[in-house]
Amino acid sequence: MSFRTPLKQALGLGASHSGTSRWWAQRVSSVALVPLLIWLIIGIVRHGGADYTDAQAWLSSPITAVLTILTLVASFYHGALGMQVIVEDYVSHETVQLALVVLVKFAAMVLAVAGIFAVLLVALGG
Amino acid sequence: MDSDDRPLSPHLQIYRFPTTVITSITHRITGALLALGTLGVTYWLIALASGPQVYAAARAFFGNGFVQLILFFWTYALFYHLCNGIRHLGWAIDYGFELERARKSAVAVFVAAGILTVITWLFALS
Repeated sequence: MSFRTPLKQALGLGASHSGTSRWWAQRVSSVALVPLLIWLIIGIVRHGGADYTDAQAWLSSPITAVLTILTLVASFYHGALGMQVIVEDYVSHETVQLALVVLVKFAAMVLAVAGIFAVLLVALGG
Repeated sequence: MDSDDRPLSPHLQIYRFPTTVITSITHRITGALLALGTLGVTYWLIALASGPQVYAAARAFFGNGFVQLILFFWTYALFYHLCNGIRHLGWAIDYGFELERARKSAVAVFVAAGILTVITWLFALS
């Protein structure tokens, strides 16, 4: 017999309290990242070492700007989820773990916003 | 009763890691390295948005021999995580999860990531 309450069974969220939602979010973002990263690697190979004018011209084209922002969003979303799993697996001290997870989320948000803002500056300012 | 000479199993020093175990932990390590590397990506974008002088400094930084070496290994980490990520997506839809196929695809991921890294750098440096 099960000692779970009917509500607990109906929700089906298990010991993680969030079910498989994070696992799913990790997969969905990775599906987006496969084509985006292939595109970005080709772009960096062609323009990564470029001088200022060339790099500006590349990043300010609408397609490059939009795809770069999409890559940043998917990367930091995916990366924050992954780093959270690593922290939760190896840091058992509850308070330290919580602090590190918050730090991971904040760092991802700061870097994502900074990167997106930089792309917008280049794309709209040129 | 003397219990000192009883075998310890599995013991870390004599335990032969299956290939699939090595790919699993490498996926996690490369993921963490990629997350760290997003600092470089954001730095490049902000530098490009901050004008020619800041960009020239960033270009000099990324052109530095030691930094280029780090970027080379970072490229390997990126391709490894990308290829092994696709392998994981296959498993998520129940493709290639049999032991022997998972072992073969593990070897394939290490090799493919190496080939893609070399090709990318040949193009980048030419």
